[in-house]
Amino acid sequence: MTQIELRGVQKFFGAVQVIKDLNLKIDDNEFIVLLGQSGCGKTTTLRAIAGLETIDGGDVLIDGKPVQHLKAADRDIAMVFQSFSLYPHMSVYENIAFPLRATRKSTAEIDGEVRSVAKVLQITDLLGKKPSALSGGDMQRVAMGRALVRRPKAMLMDEPIGALDAKLREEMRAEIKRLHIKQGSTTIYVTHDQIEAMSLADRIVIMHEGVLQQVGSPSEVYTRPANLFVAQFVGSPVMNVANAAVTMNGSGARVAVDGAAEGFLFPAELVGQLDAANVGQDRLALGIRPEGVMVSREAADGYLPVEAHIIEPLGSYDIVDLKVGTQMLRARTRSGFVGKPGAQVFAKLDPAQAHFFDTTSGKSLGVRL
Amino acid sequence: MATAVMTTLDPKSRSAARGMSDLTIRNLFIIPTIVFLIVFNIFPLIYSLGYSFTDFRASSPAAANFVGLQNYRELLNDPFIWSNFAITAKYVIVSVVGQVIVGFGVALLLNRDIPLKGLLTTLLLLPMMLSMAVVGLFWKLLYDPSFGIINYTLGLGSFEWLSNPDMALYAVAITDIWMWSPFVMLLSLAGLSAVPKHLYEAAAIDRAGSFYTFFRITLPLVAPILMIAIIFRTMEAFKTFDLAYILTSQPTTEVISIRLYKMAFQEWQTGRSCALAYIVLIMILAITNIYVKYLNKVKER
Repeated sequence: MTQIELRGVQKFFGAVQVIKDLNLKIDDNEFIVLLGQSGCGKTTTLRAIAGLETIDGGDVLIDGKPVQHLKAADRDIAMVFQSFSLYPHMSVYENIAFPLRATRKSTAEIDGEVRSVAKVLQITDLLGKKPSALSGGDMQRVAMGRALVRRPKAMLMDEPIGALDAKLREEMRAEIKRLHIKQGSTTIYVTHDQIEAMSLADRIVIMHEGVLQQVGSPSEVYTRPANLFVAQFVGSPVMNVANAAVTMNGSGARVAVDGAAEGFLFPAELVGQLDAANVGQDRLALGIRPEGVMVSREAADGYLPVEAHIIEPLGSYDIVDLKVGTQMLRARTRSGFVGKPGAQVFAKLDPAQAHFFDTTSGKSLGVRL
Repeated sequence: MATAVMTTLDPKSRSAARGMSDLTIRNLFIIPTIVFLIVFNIFPLIYSLGYSFTDFRASSPAAANFVGLQNYRELLNDPFIWSNFAITAKYVIVSVVGQVIVGFGVALLLNRDIPLKGLLTTLLLLPMMLSMAVVGLFWKLLYDPSFGIINYTLGLGSFEWLSNPDMALYAVAITDIWMWSPFVMLLSLAGLSAVPKHLYEAAAIDRAGSFYTFFRITLPLVAPILMIAIIFRTMEAFKTFDLAYILTSQPTTEVISIRLYKMAFQEWQTGRSCALAYIVLIMILAITNIYVKYLNKVKER
């Protein structure tokens, strides 16, 4: 039963402001992922919540009570570190028991708690080993066990699986999700990996240069990015963004990307919505994800002829670079759909998946078609 | 390693450019060192073992007579020798414990971000770099009952430090603590700064208090290097001579090496003193062995 709230949090490292006026409300049992590039302030935010970092302004509230003046030990929050931070001179058992022993619990109680956590994490047979004898995945499990054993108010995780190899990362991702569903505690998870964020989060918090960019569910963040940064940071392959000119043409609107002679056909409402947003043509950018670019081998109504450039076969699908005007649009197609580079194909944009941005502010214009 | 063979140099290597091959280095540096060690250390060591079984006196022209284990038997049955050992043991305990407490304490204080930390550390190391004889002479003045600065600052009047039989050994130990705490401090500081910072953060998150963190995290992780400091200091304190000899000549400060010195060079009982020297050597070896065993146990963790 833990809510965490950040109100106008500011943090400086010398003259550099690493967190700029951060406001965030985290509900009970929510799995929040702080997502951003390295140096965006996400880890600092996490450490500020944990009490390992002081803040220079604003409030950190846990269950409505300001805690920014409390030490880490008094906030009753558990944390899993990127480097695991296991105590090297203690066995796995002692590592997991450490938080309980530090608070002077009875031996019998400690033993019961440690063994039940070890059972949940399937590390019972490792209890006698030293951390140095463990694999990366097991170290991570022990670190999680040490955090879980206390039944803390909230769990903080700082890139907990960033140091593992790809296969293990996938495995641990699923395990973290399973544990969260089973144990159900408010969790804040920091990562720079958007796939991790999408797969784990109830809500994703995207940060860039210390500023919160967008908060939303994975699908919201993916389908309705608030600005160009979020649009290009979330999703792989990256969203296509190009300067675009919109003209009215008979029954529909035409959207021409930079340097293209002919525009893609869009519904007529686009013009009205763009007029309402009141952004000049020179500041307009079109964003479309590769799956929003539809490719056909034959000419069809609404499809424009384009030239395929590079084809990246990724197994389950191909990514094809299409030359439109001076721009490259990346399209996602069925495997082997476009035969070879240089082939002439036809493309159309799905208006429902198109985003329009103001290039000056980077903000989404909120166009819905 | 058994296959390591000395070869002539690859003409393009850096050593070749410098003009020194492995062979040159061996002939120039290693052989003279080994010869030096054999002549001045190993040979006297073995030769004195032989003397320890004789009644040889370096002051008399009489030939040495083989007396078997008589020297050892008499020494080990001599209550005065045992009282010398007791004094030595007391001195070792007081001075090593004192050095560990002061040295480790100062290291804990220095192991944080404080201004002028480098300069402070260097200044604190100075006592260690002085000569034993100089330190002894200085402290003799500092301890002086009538004009010594110690009595003056502590307001002790004309308290006798060195001529008081009950106090003299402690006075020598205090001087030794002053001189050698920096050594323990230096090693502890190295150990302390090697404890990863994130372990302290983890302990803080795990709600460990500062005492619990110190005894469960800091101390166990610094223990191996602290053990090394203790081994060195115990060995040194056990064979201490100069400080006690210069500072005072009380019977209560007659540590075993002073007894040994008197026996060898004042009473000229060369054979007997050789035997005593061997007894001391064996004792030091035994004590260090206990420490090393413990050190290995600590390191395993």
